[in-house]
Formats: sequence, structure tokens, C-alpha cells
Amino acid sequence: MKDADSDSIEDRRTFLQKALPAPVALLSLLQGQDRKAESKEESEPAYNPAEHYYGMGIDPGLCIGCGRCAEACKAENDVPREPFYFRTWIERYVVQTSGETVVTSPDGGIAGFSPVAEADVLRTFFVPKLCNHCANAPCVQVCPVGATFITPDGVVLVDKDYCIGCRYCIQACPYGARFLHPVTLTAEKCTFCYHRLVKGLVPACVEVCPTQARIFGDLRQRRSPLHRFMRFNKIQVLKPHLNAEPKVFYANLDGEVK
Amino acid sequence: MPQQVTRLAVVFGILILALVLARSQLVPKTFGQAGHYRAAAVTEIAAAKIHYAGHEACAACHEDIAKTRSAGRHRNVACEVCHGPAADHVAAPTDVHPSAPKQRGRCPQCHGYDSARPTGFPQIDPVTHNPVRPCISCHQPHAPETPREPEACGACHGSIARTHAVSAHALIGCTRCHETDRRHKTTPLLIRPSKPASRAFCAGCHARDAGSPKEIPRVDVTTHGERYVCWQCHYPHFPEAK
Repeated sequence: MKDADSDSIEDRRTFLQKALPAPVALLSLLQGQDRKAESKEESEPAYNPAEHYYGMGIDPGLCIGCGRCAEACKAENDVPREPFYFRTWIERYVVQTSGETVVTSPDGGIAGFSPVAEADVLRTFFVPKLCNHCANAPCVQVCPVGATFITPDGVVLVDKDYCIGCRYCIQACPYGARFLHPVTLTAEKCTFCYHRLVKGLVPACVEVCPTQARIFGDLRQRRSPLHRFMRFNKIQVLKPHLNAEPKVFYANLDGEVK
Repeated sequence: MPQQVTRLAVVFGILILALVLARSQLVPKTFGQAGHYRAAAVTEIAAAKIHYAGHEACAACHEDIAKTRSAGRHRNVACEVCHGPAADHVAAPTDVHPSAPKQRGRCPQCHGYDSARPTGFPQIDPVTHNPVRPCISCHQPHAPETPREPEACGACHGSIARTHAVSAHALIGCTRCHETDRRHKTTPLLIRPSKPASRAFCAGCHARDAGSPKEIPRVDVTTHGERYVCWQCHYPHFPEAK
């Protein structure tokens, strides 16, 4: 009796030992196959994200407020044409002699700006704005489903198929760089024209800027134009106290710019 | 083993299996591969269509225009700034043609006067600057030059000229204070006019012992604001003293 009992226990143990990991092993086998299939697809383009770390430099002293960047952004990325959806836009700051600062951005600056009354103006200038692609991005931290993320090359992207449209990221962005797409009802923002970067092109706004007020490049490569821009200018980022570590760098920025 | 423990173990086993199966079905395949996101999304975003081909693509066929442009003042203005997105034209050159803006409205988007634009950037007042005529009838857009040298300083420095014209200094010509090389008219940013470098220049009229007409305001230049050149405090184009 005793022998038979211990045998059956032994059998049950070996059965469980063999049977329990089987579905797990099966699953991992299936996933492994998927992984292999995808890595084959990914290896085709020569682009390696680990070799890059992107940022943008902006010199407001060169910006003429022509709005070509905002226009090119809308055309390149099929951004809705309504005057309140922007991935990049231009603001005009008018610091008045009274000390008050008036910031305007009619239609993001695409159609230009109406003239300012010169009598009360202490100084006035344009500032282009866009997503700052923060290294410590608040929008990524608050996303409840992992639909927004930072790629290895330092670009903050939104997975529109996975976004649930909860708008947390839009609230969390300190730079107002996100909006809810009116048709897909998912969060939208600047991608640094990621589809252009992987093909070796610069973002559309940088391509069309007629005065080179926007500089794009690799933060880690010394030979990139951005590296030179950072060496030869006094650099400031927007809202540095928030510790979001933004990667859009402004040269000689006025203290009124928020 | 007691019966209730066995049953509970079976129920737990089924639940765990159901969880593992549901996870494998519901969580996207590539989720978590590179981080807390769907790795395939990066590939999908990277596959988006390009609309702006880039100026290198234009230069590959339009060599002559690219050469003209590279020597002119618009050398850093990409083709698609004026002609619009041209990736479709690159893909099918004979079927799709980019626009060529010939209307007068387009150039002032950059060259219309706005005080927020940086000093020295060429700007005109679209209302008064040769009204009605399209810009390209005088200016070659690929390598723009001013058709003739500007006669008066006010052609470019309109804001200063308007202020100066109603000031007490209205009768003093610009070149009396600014030594201006002739080349400033053709290369305004490279060759710059001078500004009075010393207090002695203004003292020529405004010192107590200057031989100028009596109605001109006088100061003691040896004691009055001695650490500054006069124009660092007084705006000479519209002096406040009467």
C-alpha cells in the first residue's frame, strides 16, 4: 500500500512538473516566432535609432514670423486645417513700455501677423514653438496605457492605434504642444517628422525655414549643426524649473518667453 | 491532500491559465519589446508618406536654377518654401506640377514690414511699394537683387525715416552723422554705416561754446553724462530736448 501510494504521488509530481510549464513554453515559442519575423522586417532599412539622439535649436533672433514652418508642418503631417490644431506654431511677443507683454499667435502664424502700433512698443520679436521632446517627459509619465513613449533616438511619439483618448497627456504637457485629433480622437503632437528622419531628411519645418532660425541635429555628434549651435550661443530651454529636460534649445531667449 | 484544497488548486489553475491566454491574445505582440510601448508603432509612424522632398531632390533635375539660387541671397531658402510640397512631383515629374507663386501677395509673407522682424532683414510696405505690380516683374526670385540702388535711406529704413522727418533733426541728412560706404547699398549686412563714436561729435552743435545757431539746446559736455556717448541716452532720430 505504502509503495503504491508513494508511486502515485511521484507520478503526479512528475506529471505536474512536465505539464504545467507546457502552455507557457508554447506561448513563448509562438512569441519567439513572431519576434523573429519582425526583426527580419526591421533589419531591412539601414536606420539604427541607437546611433542618434535628436534635438532642435531655435534662434528667435533670426525668426521673421513668416509662418512657413507651421504651414509645412500641416502639409507634411496632414494636421487638421482648423486654426486651433498645431504641431508647431509661432508666437509674437510685444513687450510694451507699460511693462505688459502681449503674446499673439493668430492661426499659429500661418497667415502672418497684423502690424503692431509702434508707439508703445519696448521690444517685439517672434518665437517658434513645438513639442520639446523632453527626456523626462511628463506626458509619457501620465499615459495610463503606454501609448506615448520615448524612442531610443530621443523622440516622443504617440501610438495612435493604442491611444484611448483620455487627454491626460494633453493636460500634463507644460508647453501646450499636444491636442486631440478631431477625427481619430487620439492625442497628436510633433514627431520631429520621424518618417523623414529615418530616411535621412530633416523635419519639414527645418527644411522650409528661410532664415535658418531652426537648427536640427544630433546632440551626441560633434559634427552635427546642432552641436555647433550649442557651442556658439547662450542656450536656454523653456520652463527649466519643471525638470522635464526639454530638447528644444533656444538661443539668447528673452526673459518674457514662457 | 484534503479535497477542498485540490478543488481550489484546480480553480486557481484554470484562472491562471485563462489569464495567461487572455494576456497573450489582448496585449499587442510587440508591446514591451523596447520599453513600455508597442514597438511596431515606431515602424508604423516611420512609414508615413513624405510630402516635402527636400531641396537636394529638386537640384538633381533643376541644376540651372539650383546654381543660380546657390549664388544669390535666397541660397538658404529651400525650393519648397515658395513652390510648396513637391514629393509628388519628384515621384511623377510630368504628371504633377508644383505651384509657382507669381502673385504679389506671396513675397510680403516674408518681406512685408513688421517691427517684430529682425533689424536688417529686407522689408517693404506692400501698400506703398510699387502698388499692383507683381514682385517678379522687378525682382528675380531665385537670386533676388534690388533692381537699382536705393536712392534714399528711407527705402529700407522707413521707420527711422518717418520718425526723423517730424523731429527737430529733420533737416540734418542721414550721412551727416552716419558715414556710409557706397557698398552698404548693395551688401547692407556686410558693410555697415558708422555711428558717432565720441561726445565731441554732438558737442559740435550742442556744446556751450559751439558756433551753431542760438535756438539749438546747449549742455556742458564736460559734466553732462560724461560716461556715455550722447546717443546712448538721447534718441537722435527724435530728440526729446526742445
